[in-house]
Amino acid sequence: MSTSPQNAYPAAVPTGTRAGVRANVFRGKPASSVTTFPGRPIAEVVVPKVALDAISLSYKTTSGERLLALDNISLEVKPGEFLCIVGPSGCGKSTLLHLIAGLQPQTSGKVLVDGTPVSGPGTDRILIFQELGLFPWLTVGGNVEFGMKMKNVPKALREEKVQYYLRLVHLLKFRDSYIHQLSGGMRQRVALARALATEPDVLLMDEPFGALDAQTRDLLHDELERIWAETGRTIIFVTHNVREAVRLGDRVVLLTFRPGRVKEEFSVNLPRPRHMEQTGVARMAGDILDCLRDEINKSLEEEYADEKAR
Amino acid sequence: MKKLAKQVIFYSALLGVWALLAKLRIWPPYLFPPPWGVGHSLWDGFADHSFWIGIAVTMKRMLIGYSLSVVLGMILGLAVSSNKFLEETLGGLLVSLQSLPSICWIPLAVLWFGLTEKAILFVVLMGSLLSVTIAMDDGRKQMPKIYGMAGRNLGASGFRLFWSVLLPASLPFIVNGMKQGWAFAWRSLIQAEMIFLSLGLGQLLMMGRDLSDMNQVMAVMILIIILGYLVDGLIFRTMERRLQAKYGLTPA
Repeated sequence: MSTSPQNAYPAAVPTGTRAGVRANVFRGKPASSVTTFPGRPIAEVVVPKVALDAISLSYKTTSGERLLALDNISLEVKPGEFLCIVGPSGCGKSTLLHLIAGLQPQTSGKVLVDGTPVSGPGTDRILIFQELGLFPWLTVGGNVEFGMKMKNVPKALREEKVQYYLRLVHLLKFRDSYIHQLSGGMRQRVALARALATEPDVLLMDEPFGALDAQTRDLLHDELERIWAETGRTIIFVTHNVREAVRLGDRVVLLTFRPGRVKEEFSVNLPRPRHMEQTGVARMAGDILDCLRDEINKSLEEEYADEKAR
Repeated sequence: MKKLAKQVIFYSALLGVWALLAKLRIWPPYLFPPPWGVGHSLWDGFADHSFWIGIAVTMKRMLIGYSLSVVLGMILGLAVSSNKFLEETLGGLLVSLQSLPSICWIPLAVLWFGLTEKAILFVVLMGSLLSVTIAMDDGRKQMPKIYGMAGRNLGASGFRLFWSVLLPASLPFIVNGMKQGWAFAWRSLIQAEMIFLSLGLGQLLMMGRDLSDMNQVMAVMILIIILGYLVDGLIFRTMERRLQAKYGLTPA
């Protein structure tokens, strides 16, 4: 995989030179972003928060063939980094998050958190599902409290934190509402508060804003960026929307279509806060999209081929 | 309230047609009991306490047999839904057994337990056990997988995962199964009581038959309908409606 000439950003690094990526991620981060987000720690840390070490996943299809879904994926995510993973549908990006969350075992390779391999789910990594999976039998407050209850956090402290996190996502008023009474954007925020309330080191987000209208999504982008800056969490954010990835990420990783491999990595050195409509964001997204286009075409071709075969 | 008015008009009209047909004497009263005869029979039955006793005996059997079947059915359903071997073997048997009207168990039940309370309870149990079991199994299977994943993701596992996530997530299915189980148990019990002389509403109905007193037969039939409706329509449906509103399954 060679670097295409249009990736002429300071830190666009082709895969294969992993050491290079590590060296370049935070280099040249504009000072303005630091002043705008004083809560962000930018420390020199050697041990990555999350490391994927040669992750592969294959499974048997119903017809009995073995299908390789993820192929030898290695990635490192720094503490406090906002990493976006983009790829065409069917590249296994959601699956990758499930592996990191420990909800599904990989075929080979290791997931390391703070240098320790994980086996199974843990509240240090909370996944916000695409479908959210909020519990309809609990109120908004009950949902936010759930993870803490499972961790046996004392009631008084739970109470305090439910308040804190609901205020953080501006939903304190809806504490006693049930999930079906909320709008799509509000549900997203409940899911975010529920995940944050367990105080995970790593937040895994699976296309969380895919089903929202543009206005709500823009609003939630701002909120997510603010909360990320305030809480200093590490975020791994999966999306198929390249512009969203550039809008939010410190770094954007591109996956190939079936099997999912790391095709390219881009460091986003645009100042924060950013906006979807910013020219810098649009230009960089355009370049990444060019790089992604082959993969999207491949995924489309396969879909149409399936249709023809039918 | 508009609905109530419609219902009042409907039932009055029904009663009116019934009274009119009886008044016309197309059929003799011993074949077609008039509403006032049935009303009289109801009055007498409650006045001499025989209906009160019948209702008490029947409801007691119902409560014992049904509670037993709910508990056993849930355990069985959980076992079937969480074990692949049981599901492939016992699961199929349970579904096929459900096509057997539970009254068919009467000969064996009498042989095993004699003409006792136990034999009747056994028939009631067989009537509702399977539908509760099957509903529990279905509930576990049809429950969206996302809840289990979200629960594990948030740190729940083992019994707590079951108690705080899997159980509430399948509650709408379970309540549905309990409702179905109640309907089956109710039918089975009345049937068993009709065959089996041992107080209860079923026996009162058969007594009416033996005395050729169609007024009493109709009176007991009406009692059975009202009791069945009260439990099914008021208790279960209210429970279901509340649950659906809370879970957002219907537009509130």
